[in-house]
Amino acid sequence: MGSLLIHGARLIDPARGVDRVEDVRFVDGRVAANAGEPADRVLDGVGLVLAPGFVDLHCHLREPGQEYKETIHSGLAAAVHGGFTTVCAMPNTEPATDNRSVVEYVLRTARAAGLARVLPIGAVTLGRSGKQLAELAELAEAGCVAFSDDGSPVADAELMRRALEYASGLGLAVINHCEEPSLAKGGVMHEGWVCTRLGLKGQPAAAEEVMVARDCQLAALTGGHVHIAHVSTAGAIEAVLAAKARGAQVTCEVTPHHLTLTDEAALYGPPGSPVPAYDTAARVNPPLRGTTDRYACRLALADGTIDCVATDHAPHALTDKECEFDQAAPGISGLETALPLLLELVQAGELPLARAVEALTIAPARALGLDRFVPGIGTLAPGAPADAVLFDPDAEWIVDPREFASLGKNTPFRGRRVRGRVIATVCDGTLVYDGYEAAAAVTAGRSG
Amino acid sequence: MARDDLQTAPVNGAARSSGAVIAAEHGTRSSAIAGAEPGAGARGAAQAAAGRWLHHHVLDLDDFSRDEIEYVLETTDAMREVLARDVPRVPALRGTTVATLFYEASTRTRASFELAGKVLGADVINVSASGSSVEKGESLVDTVRTLRAIGVNILVMRHKSSGAPYLAAAHTDAAVLNGGDGWHAHPTQALLDLYTMQSRLGSLRGRRVAIVGDIAHSRVARSDIWGLSVMGAEVVLCAPPTLLPAGLGRRVQTEQEEVALPGVTIEPQIERALRGADVVMTLRLQHERMHSGLLPSLREYSRRYGITSERVALAAPHALVMHPGPMNEGVEIAPDVARSVQSVIEEQVTNGVAVRMALLYLIGRGA
Repeated sequence: MGSLLIHGARLIDPARGVDRVEDVRFVDGRVAANAGEPADRVLDGVGLVLAPGFVDLHCHLREPGQEYKETIHSGLAAAVHGGFTTVCAMPNTEPATDNRSVVEYVLRTARAAGLARVLPIGAVTLGRSGKQLAELAELAEAGCVAFSDDGSPVADAELMRRALEYASGLGLAVINHCEEPSLAKGGVMHEGWVCTRLGLKGQPAAAEEVMVARDCQLAALTGGHVHIAHVSTAGAIEAVLAAKARGAQVTCEVTPHHLTLTDEAALYGPPGSPVPAYDTAARVNPPLRGTTDRYACRLALADGTIDCVATDHAPHALTDKECEFDQAAPGISGLETALPLLLELVQAGELPLARAVEALTIAPARALGLDRFVPGIGTLAPGAPADAVLFDPDAEWIVDPREFASLGKNTPFRGRRVRGRVIATVCDGTLVYDGYEAAAAVTAGRSG
Repeated sequence: MARDDLQTAPVNGAARSSGAVIAAEHGTRSSAIAGAEPGAGARGAAQAAAGRWLHHHVLDLDDFSRDEIEYVLETTDAMREVLARDVPRVPALRGTTVATLFYEASTRTRASFELAGKVLGADVINVSASGSSVEKGESLVDTVRTLRAIGVNILVMRHKSSGAPYLAAAHTDAAVLNGGDGWHAHPTQALLDLYTMQSRLGSLRGRRVAIVGDIAHSRVARSDIWGLSVMGAEVVLCAPPTLLPAGLGRRVQTEQEEVALPGVTIEPQIERALRGADVVMTLRLQHERMHSGLLPSLREYSRRYGITSERVALAAPHALVMHPGPMNEGVEIAPDVARSVQSVIEEQVTNGVAVRMALLYLIGRGA
């Protein structure tokens, strides 16, 4: 497999508390103990940050079933373009990932793509219909690392209880998309002044919060591990904080868009839009919330109440979004903008860079205990997988979805000036994304 | 619309001549149409108009100034004159094609738009969601493009989804006129409401307008609030809390200093809301509101919020009673109130034709 040396970069490896300029050498897909020896290939890391490859706990690859939105190959190309070397694939495929054969298909197709590793998440219930448990043990044997009906909540409290109990016997977490259906019904954005302005039906923050609170209680009751997908409200964060304080096995994640946008994105749209914009790219579940909720998310990520960042990468075709706001498919294509959006918090002085890196690497790995499946994941300790990302934290660029590797061009960040750009991604010792030329072109374009 | 086109009036020959046609036949009324001082020629009129009308589309009243609204109301005066003629026909929009694209049922809006277009000499075609390619799954964007491709200049749209006309406007260079979108906006209804109020009460500055009923689901209320606020009226909203939208009345500070809707007062007590009101407007109560737990029963709603003659008596003696229709008599409004001398509900409908003529005319000159 050969060897690869990354020279001169600022190595940030939060799992080991490392933040210094240090060379790292990969040999045969592992981090070598000694960087000083010669390598087959050398990557110039001077002026760049070197971090463990990013880990995304929440990603929709759409295949099988909705290949017009994204394929496993295009989704993984987007992942490495965004610095991710491991993505957890959500099971809302068609058919749902609720049986061994779909899991095997996903793993086989991902291996063939050879870009980033895929850790599948199995459905909690058959067909994600919330009625009957899927064969969770078989899904675990096939390689699933957690269970979720994401896109839909496990609405039935009794079923959620049993899922947590059963999954705890397998040592795996249940990831819940918390949204009380009776409160959220028909709501296409956050309930607040913006939905009134636009004449759209809102879903209140309480729709998320009552189910987060319920799941925290069920985690305490069962001893099972619940991982709250994409928390977005101050009340949900409070519930998680209280549950953690009492020792319940509760973890959670936040998306880059809930950290950086509010419901006003639907009203104002990207730079230069008319008002009201009815920007369907800003339609997402859970909806973009108000300023107080966004602030709470930022604080909670910094103080660790929120464990990690996950993209909820949800690619859609143009026709899924070029329609009436309430008909538009919810979701944001997020893999390729996650890093610079998170760095906005660093640039604002709200988040140390090391914590930002941690939230994309070792923190998600720990949240779901991924070390059991990929030993050493989320670090660059000697012997760990040769998964790494090199990024320029200061490179400025303007988000243009036409440059996305993802088939999903749906992003409310189009036209946004951001700072922080992935230069190279290494997965399993192989250079799977080489962005040196593209970065140079952006720089040249700016100075020219 | 290109401002220069209007200032150098001859660019659009049809537009200029249409103003002249109405002006020639109606002498002093020409000033109302063109918004110019009496005696000004067509060219001067067009120049004056250019400063007062800059809208290519009419999607809501949130982007209208007081001057622009007054201009529409003045133009509506002229259209009332046209409608009063023995043969109400002028060739102002001859050669213009108006399509009404209705995704939702409508009687008065659609009929009045169709009539308005015909009075002005436009070709009017009607497209309904049912019985068209929409039923075959054609997207809104494709339907709009198709209509433009067959030569439609002005697209009048009614849609159940809030914001749909904005989507249409983003994908066509035809002028889009919002005939009601979801819960969001109904600008022509608001303009005819303003016209009706102003023609009865004079200036609306400082007038107290009580809007009673299902504000949360009402596009009429939203557009009325924008229009009334710009005209300087005081708006009082009265509804059970379940029928009031989120974030109203609370001023939300943001970078843009934006609010859900401009300054309104919320008064849940109907007696207090109506006291001294110059206008009592009630909204249609949809029967399905009962099923979603928003109200216990029609009976209870009617008892607490129905407009009865006793309640109207609390308002100013000259107060107008208004309803955008269609009415549920005996629910939100008592039948005797709907037919009382204070009721201007039928006048609203009549004015609706003139207001829609005015908008088609103003848009059509530039389309």
